[in-house]
Amino acid sequence: MSLDLAARLRLGSLDLDVSLRVEAGETVALLGPNGAGKTTLLRICAGLQPLDGGSLTLEGAVLDDPAADRFLPPQQRPIAVVFQDYLLFPNLSALENVAFGLRARGVGKDAARAQARAWLERLELGELARRRVTQLSGGQRQRVALARALVTDPALLLLDEPLAALDAGTRNSVRRELRQHLAGVRGVRLLVTHDPLDAHALADRVIVVEEGRITQQGTLAEITAHPRSRYVAELVGVNLLDGQVGDGVLTVAAGGRLVVADDRHLRGQAFAALRPQAIALHTHRPEGSPRNVWSATIGELDRHADRVRVRLDGPLPVTAEITAAALAELGLHPGDTVWASVKATDITTYEA
Amino acid sequence: MLAALLAIAFFALPLVGLIVRAPWTDALDILSEPTVRTALRLSLQCSLYSTALSLVFGVPLAWLLARVPFPGRGAVRALCTLSMVLPPVVGGVALFASLGRRGFLGQWLDRWFELRLPFTTTGVVVAQTFVAMPFLVITVEAALRQHDHRIEEAAATLGASGWYTFRRVTLPAIRPALVAGAVLAWSRALGEFGATITFAGNFPGRTQTLPLATYLSLETNPDDALILSLLLISVSFAVLFGLRDRWLGGEVASTETRT
Repeated sequence: MSLDLAARLRLGSLDLDVSLRVEAGETVALLGPNGAGKTTLLRICAGLQPLDGGSLTLEGAVLDDPAADRFLPPQQRPIAVVFQDYLLFPNLSALENVAFGLRARGVGKDAARAQARAWLERLELGELARRRVTQLSGGQRQRVALARALVTDPALLLLDEPLAALDAGTRNSVRRELRQHLAGVRGVRLLVTHDPLDAHALADRVIVVEEGRITQQGTLAEITAHPRSRYVAELVGVNLLDGQVGDGVLTVAAGGRLVVADDRHLRGQAFAALRPQAIALHTHRPEGSPRNVWSATIGELDRHADRVRVRLDGPLPVTAEITAAALAELGLHPGDTVWASVKATDITTYEA
Repeated sequence: MLAALLAIAFFALPLVGLIVRAPWTDALDILSEPTVRTALRLSLQCSLYSTALSLVFGVPLAWLLARVPFPGRGAVRALCTLSMVLPPVVGGVALFASLGRRGFLGQWLDRWFELRLPFTTTGVVVAQTFVAMPFLVITVEAALRQHDHRIEEAAATLGASGWYTFRRVTLPAIRPALVAGAVLAWSRALGEFGATITFAGNFPGRTQTLPLATYLSLETNPDDALILSLLLISVSFAVLFGLRDRWLGGEVASTETRT
């Protein structure tokens, strides 16, 4: 029991080429910036977007295979979708919304309603069953959307930014609940999100999609420990440099050099990740222990409460983070020249 | 400001004239005259038939125009709504040329099915449908365009067939527009004169609808004409007033979201 997707598709400016496999009972999050093709991948799985090339197989059954001229329309797929803005049926009650999928698949009225009611009660919405969905709050609608999807016992559950439409307060509690309910789904769970918090809370495994390609996959911890793209680095809040490494020295494209570690085995194309807090700034060239000292120009200052992020232009384009007090003491302004230093042990290097 | 007031007066005065001149005391007698009652019954029958036909054929047409992209869609839309701006008498002549006994289609209808449309009650219904259906089509098409079609995608992912989705999701969503369109089409059919008299003639009990009876009685019995005119005006006014938010304000969308 698994989902196997090899997706090739051109849609407007999106050029999608992605292969992935998700096992039943596993929740995988597709994480990526807007326009990366995450939602399109979900629509492909749902049958709302046919493939140009490749194939889609669920539990051994081919759902989409353009080469074999095979395409199963959404209504014939054993799937359910929780849409970003839920797309509940505004003219129906909560109960009728949840019963819809069963009724559409030929389950009798009474049986469908009984099952729908049971699900609403499980989600603590029993008392609102007869309300129109337009009268429900955001969190309640989200749960109706979830019940509507789960009641059909899908072999593939697709969730498109399931928490994005909620306000911050509701989001945390709904996220916890959602995690419990996902654990009860026997099928494949595929989740789209641009929020690493959602991915962390809900997914067993994360696939990072950028510009129609998979750039990284693994557990969220693995991914954040070794970012392989500017997007992931920014998400995690670390500086990412790439260049050639050899004899413990990384040379970046702009010409800057970093002494990275004593690991002399790493050679060739490599990434270096360093936390902004690990970079120290000085008005005079520092003496002493740091192995890396270089002169940089201050590009931009970005204040967050009592911390300030300082963008450094020069041979090593990175961002340093210092306290507001330190900034005042150094008296730094954009355009000023400054000395930056970082310890080799604060730099993580890994193969590109 | 003055121009606006003059414009209002321009529209109000004919109504006032009718109300002042109408023989109110004889109203009931006039409305119960056999010719008037016959015309009234025929008008109601025909206009309801043509409304029903407009619904049966107009809703699929509106759906096609709103949802199915095809080359020449704009031209097809123009063709199907042409009769809204066409002089009705021209519509009647066109129907005559095509569906008349010697018309290019009418002669075959006559020969194969012995179906003759001109100068029959069926002809009245055809003429009325010809001018009334576009009102339903454009109203429903606008609603279908504004309706979020992703909600139909949601229905499909829940296993609903196209027809099931249309019946349980789309139709309820566009119901206000459907009602508005049907009422507009009905009132247009009820008032239809030019195409009817050209294509179906003016035979009491068979093709003489209320507007035709009104026109004729102006020569023979002006009092009848006044009362019948008032009756038709009241119906039109009631329709416009009843639909004021839904159609005239162009707020089909807002009534939709309320459902």
